Amino acid sequence: MTTAAKTDKALAKLQKEPKPPKPGKSGTAAGEKAGLSQGQIVRKRFLGNTGAVISLVLLALILLLAYSAGGFFGIPGWWKYTHNQVNDLVNGGAPTLQLFPFSLGEHPFGQDRLGRDTFAQTMRGVQISVAVMFIIGLVGGFVGVVIGAAAGYFRGFVESVLMRLTDVVIIIPLIILAAVLGQLAGSRVPAGVQPYVLGLLVGVAVWTGLARLVRAEFLSLREREFVDAARIAGASSTRIIFKHILPNAVGVIIVSVTLSMSSAILLETSLSYIGMGVKAPDVSLGLLISQNQEAFSTRPWLFWWPGMFIVAICLCVNFIGDGLRDAFDPRQKKFNSKRAKDAPVQSPVPTPSGPGQLTDA
Amino acid sequence: MSDVFDISDEAPAPHAGQVPVLQVRGLSVDFGVDKEWVPAAVDLDYEVAAGEVLAIVGESGSGKSASSMALLGLLPANSRVRGSVKLNGRELLGLSPAKLRQLRGNDVAVIFQEPMTAMNPVYTIGFQIVETIRLHNAVSPDEAKVRALRMLELVEMPDPEKAFRSYPHQLSGGQRQRAMIAQSLSCDPKLVIADEPTTALDVTVQAEILDLLRNLRTKLDSAIVLITHDMGVVADLADRIAVMRRGHIVETGTAVEIFNNPRHEYTQALLAAVPHLGMAQDSTGAAAEDVDINAALAAATGASLEDVDDAELRRRERENAEALAQAEAEAEKAAGTPILQLSGVAIDYPKQGRVPAFRAVEGASLAIYPGQVLGLVGESGSGKTTIGRAAVGLLPVAAGSLKVAGQEIAGAKRRQLQSLRRQVGMVFQDPSSSLNPRLPIGESIGEPMYLAGTAKGAALQHRIETLLDQVELPRSYRNRYPHELSGGQKQRVGIARALALKPQLMVADEPTSALDVSVQAKVLELFRNLQRELGFACLFVTHDLAVIDVLADRICVMQRGRIVEQGTRDEILRNPQEPYTQRLLAAVPLPDPDKQRERRELRAQLLAIESS
Repeated sequence: MTTAAKTDKALAKLQKEPKPPKPGKSGTAAGEKAGLSQGQIVRKRFLGNTGAVISLVLLALILLLAYSAGGFFGIPGWWKYTHNQVNDLVNGGAPTLQLFPFSLGEHPFGQDRLGRDTFAQTMRGVQISVAVMFIIGLVGGFVGVVIGAAAGYFRGFVESVLMRLTDVVIIIPLIILAAVLGQLAGSRVPAGVQPYVLGLLVGVAVWTGLARLVRAEFLSLREREFVDAARIAGASSTRIIFKHILPNAVGVIIVSVTLSMSSAILLETSLSYIGMGVKAPDVSLGLLISQNQEAFSTRPWLFWWPGMFIVAICLCVNFIGDGLRDAFDPRQKKFNSKRAKDAPVQSPVPTPSGPGQLTDA
Repeated sequence: MSDVFDISDEAPAPHAGQVPVLQVRGLSVDFGVDKEWVPAAVDLDYEVAAGEVLAIVGESGSGKSASSMALLGLLPANSRVRGSVKLNGRELLGLSPAKLRQLRGNDVAVIFQEPMTAMNPVYTIGFQIVETIRLHNAVSPDEAKVRALRMLELVEMPDPEKAFRSYPHQLSGGQRQRAMIAQSLSCDPKLVIADEPTTALDVTVQAEILDLLRNLRTKLDSAIVLITHDMGVVADLADRIAVMRRGHIVETGTAVEIFNNPRHEYTQALLAAVPHLGMAQDSTGAAAEDVDINAALAAATGASLEDVDDAELRRRERENAEALAQAEAEAEKAAGTPILQLSGVAIDYPKQGRVPAFRAVEGASLAIYPGQVLGLVGESGSGKTTIGRAAVGLLPVAAGSLKVAGQEIAGAKRRQLQSLRRQVGMVFQDPSSSLNPRLPIGESIGEPMYLAGTAKGAALQHRIETLLDQVELPRSYRNRYPHELSGGQKQRVGIARALALKPQLMVADEPTSALDVSVQAKVLELFRNLQRELGFACLFVTHDLAVIDVLADRICVMQRGRIVEQGTRDEILRNPQEPYTQRLLAAVPLPDPDKQRERRELRAQLLAIESS
């Protein structure tokens, strides 16, 4: 895409030194309401969606808490315990978190049987689970877009092959596919990077839905006249796909990838729960729940804290995805007739232009 | 409006003192956008009597459809309607939904623009008409069927029994529109709202439907509100006219008054912008002599007219013949190699899945010489767009030879097509679909030059500016996105892009059919000036004979994939030989009630001659 980037740069340069419009050429330049670009419209609509904005802020806070408390890339976090550290039991392992008066205490989320700090474990679990979620979303998104775009644009033989491949992947239950891939990954790579390899491999299995969506979008977009115009201008297939069609399908892609991320975190959780995903000594939210399910009646906090974070993250991502879908879909309109005001009335004879003049506006 | 009760001599007069069927007072419609009420119609006053046709004319966005749909409460939730609408003295605004439902279809019926989408594709025509009848009348299914068949007969359906059992997709466009008219009239409505009833139809079918509506009007004695942007349709059908602009009625009057003596400047401008068939301008820009199509048709068919006495008609025919001889003498001999040459070209649409290959064009031969504009006319499905797309290499040629600037492109390889594409430009039909919504228009215009490598960097930007100047758009528009531009402006951008490589051949595929008449007039004028200035050869594809008449040197008439007649503009317009061409010419409605009456009569005789 270097060619496109160059043109973009040239245009950006010109934007900086605007030339005055030629006067008197067209009556429409004067007094015109400035239009908004599609990006601006989408941003405005997204920010108008209260649920989505709250979810975005909440998700950002959860990530901030998890990464700053646990530390990452070897940088130590501010919390005094790490997730593998074994401590003495305080208060029989029950959470020391107090709301009135507020105090964290020694182990705010409690401890497990061995005395490991649940807060540190949960934060580490959030880090791993979210990382796996993003890897699955991005890898699945990339594979889905490429396969869907190729099938939708080229049609014919290419489409038949790619779509039959998609059908084959779809009929294998996702959990089995992911479990086998995760098992293979677990036995061959060092423990530290194992969760990330898991994400990569599961990502390669979850692209099918997106591929079908992107294909459908391409099938309709390739019939639009601007694609013919690009072809007459001499554009290659690669250029038409990436420069002309893909930017117009980006709404569908963003929404679908976001929603697939929330199902990815659940997939990771279920894989870890059945013992096929992340393995000890590393932790993930699913693994924490699985390890502590026997303690449900005796030490319920071991179960509740990771569970709450799973629910919170999934809800946030889903709300953000819904918000994005609404923002990209121009048919979604909210209108409150009670709060509306009257707009200034336009006169039927608008300009003092000569008799019989019609504007081209 | 004081002239509400003006009566033209040809209209069935509303009896003095009688309550008009529809009485609209101070009707205002607003739409809520971004927490603001934006007015769509402001303070409308009009009335329609039984048996009368009121045409509401205006361009897109003038509020003509919104105000009429408001009568029936058919507007979306973000709208507000104020004022008073009385049907036979009964107030309609503020009625409960249940009461409104009783009125809809029974007392007030609507004929929609697009019968394919207005009819339910999963039910038969008969089922849908019977449903309407039985919703409003307590009749048995058998009685309803008898009535439905009678309605289908009334709308002159060729085979009512068969149409009754057919699904909408099994009928042709004209038959579908007839079926929808039958459905809307099945409960004997007092008021019929016809929302652009012929816009989606071909011109010959449009003429048939207009005939039908005219006949029905006298039979049914309903009041008809006709919403349209087509002055020709108005002249054909309307008794009174209300001209709307930006939500206001700017002028009302009888059809004769409006056409012969428009008072408001907008009405004058609107009438002036309508391209009349046979009213092309010569190169100096002054109006050339009108082509008297009626006379040409009369001469071709040997028909006579009731209203015009024979001597007068013969004189007009003679004048027409003289003008033709003169034009032929003046016509310069085509010189040089043709820019586009088709000989015996056939074009297939390849088979897809179980759908077999379809031959869209067969045995087409034509030639365009440098600087010439060839108009390709035909109805939908005649293959005219297919030829246009093949000429720029978007469709493969199945048989025959297609040469662009002397280069054979039938069976050409990719590399050869690349070099072809530097010679051709194309302007598309739909301005909103032909520009990439995610690219600023400067980049859209610059793309052909960028890809061809003819200009880079500052030179490219300079060339983009020149092109914007040529199509009379401000240079600052370069950084705008297509959705910030109006339809006419987008089409100008499309023309600029097509001109980018200074092509020898321009293919214009119905470039003005999606535009309002006033905008269309300006875009056509721009196109004509550019063509004269730059001297490219042009293949102009259109279904609108009036548009092609303004531009074309030669005209090609297509029917069902074949070229049936071709010749110079004067040969085709003044002396049409083929019955199909004659029928096509006769079907174009004229924006002049008197001339249109003549034309109608000629058309009837033409059809009578053909059928005998």
